[in-house]
Amino acid sequence: MMNETYELRTGETHIEVHKFFPGAILLVAVAALVLSSMMPVYVPKLNIIELPLLVTIYFGLSRRNPSTGLLLGMVIGLAQDALSGPTVPLGYYGIAKTVIGYLASSIGARLDTEHPAARFALIFGFVVLHQAILVLIRRLLLAQPEPWFNMHLAIAAGVNALVGTVLFLALDRLRRSS
Amino acid sequence: MVAIPSRHRSLALLSGVLLAQVMLLAVQIKKDSRGRLIRVWAVSAASPFERSGAWGFGKVRGVWNHYFALQTTSRENEALRVENDALKLTISQLQSRAAEADRLAAILNFRQAHTAAPMLGARVIAVSAGTASRTIEIDRGERDGVTKNMGVITPDGAVGKVIAVYRDTSQVLLLTDKEGGAGAMLVNTRTQGPVGGTGDPTIVMKYVATEEEVQVGEKIVTSGMDKIFPRDIPVGTVVEVKPGNPFKQIRVQPAARLDRLETVIVLLSQAPVDFPSNAETQTGAQNSGSAVPAAEKP
Repeated sequence: MMNETYELRTGETHIEVHKFFPGAILLVAVAALVLSSMMPVYVPKLNIIELPLLVTIYFGLSRRNPSTGLLLGMVIGLAQDALSGPTVPLGYYGIAKTVIGYLASSIGARLDTEHPAARFALIFGFVVLHQAILVLIRRLLLAQPEPWFNMHLAIAAGVNALVGTVLFLALDRLRRSS
Repeated sequence: MVAIPSRHRSLALLSGVLLAQVMLLAVQIKKDSRGRLIRVWAVSAASPFERSGAWGFGKVRGVWNHYFALQTTSRENEALRVENDALKLTISQLQSRAAEADRLAAILNFRQAHTAAPMLGARVIAVSAGTASRTIEIDRGERDGVTKNMGVITPDGAVGKVIAVYRDTSQVLLLTDKEGGAGAMLVNTRTQGPVGGTGDPTIVMKYVATEEEVQVGEKIVTSGMDKIFPRDIPVGTVVEVKPGNPFKQIRVQPAARLDRLETVIVLLSQAPVDFPSNAETQTGAQNSGSAVPAAEKP
């Protein structure tokens, strides 16, 4: 079970659980974090792309294990906090990505999320939810004013959904064949 | 001990992990401890990739620009030739105007003025990983003599201050960050008030009384009261003034291009830095070669 692709049986449906080449998850996560802090130096507008979030969603949906998903989300989120400078408290992105990792894994275990259209919709929803959690943390835990919704969020969700759909197709190549 | 049913195990883990992180947040807010050790580890682990990435990206961009992206070279040559002719004309005009001599002399002396103020050139190797903060990471650290709360500028104006220093890198909080800011004053009236970020590309000037006269287009410079920046470094230009009670709402366009920083200057002391006067700013920016940092990287 640990080395090969296997299936979850949920009612009448069979949903494949994917395994990846050794070190692939770690490498992709590190690459996402480094790229997300490097790319905007050269092209400032690229800071709209939330690569760490996309990676959290992808591995959550693919691995379909809520415990693994939430732990991966936590690690990526805390690393992003640490790289965001001292003004971002540790746990800010950590909490948001923990929840996203958990939900992505839980949804992945119940639905077939391989179709690009399904992925687009899921990423869009997760980006909005991620932002909502961040706003909630800002307002409730940090007592800082933050708007709930703006046009930037809608554009960011659309752009990330588009980039994520393409990125997921590329990341599918890292899967081990059964 | 109560056994947790397996189907609830992940939910219990989620609750535990979230609770731990909320506690972590609470501890940081209460004690203002930023978990320095984990930040040191994370930055130390990421900075070699960022440095090598920046180096590799620069090389690839250089090869691309010099050997492949030559479609517009001919057009650019033509444009440069025209520009060159215009510059020759400008130079001859400048030479014929005796009144301009003092200003040109001041620009030429710009670099000499900088030698009195110790400073360090630095390359931006990364920006904050996320949109929650506006920080940059530079390739200068403790080994280069950088310490916390040093001012960071470009030839155009103030950029921010150093907030964290590591062995070979430092993090700089930009003026546009919600927690960023500087002591500032209006050039015309010398009215003082701090400027601070809101997370937007523009910054705001605070605590300027309603009865004060503030004009759109007025320049703002550092006041030197924050003990970070010397006096009279350009901060920005007033772009919007709204009445308020008891203070005006003043929006300011930063003088430095904070969204496109590739090279910055770290001020190693509070020694004054002579910037060109407002009328000369544009000329000074064109001659930014004269503002090359005094201390070069070993």
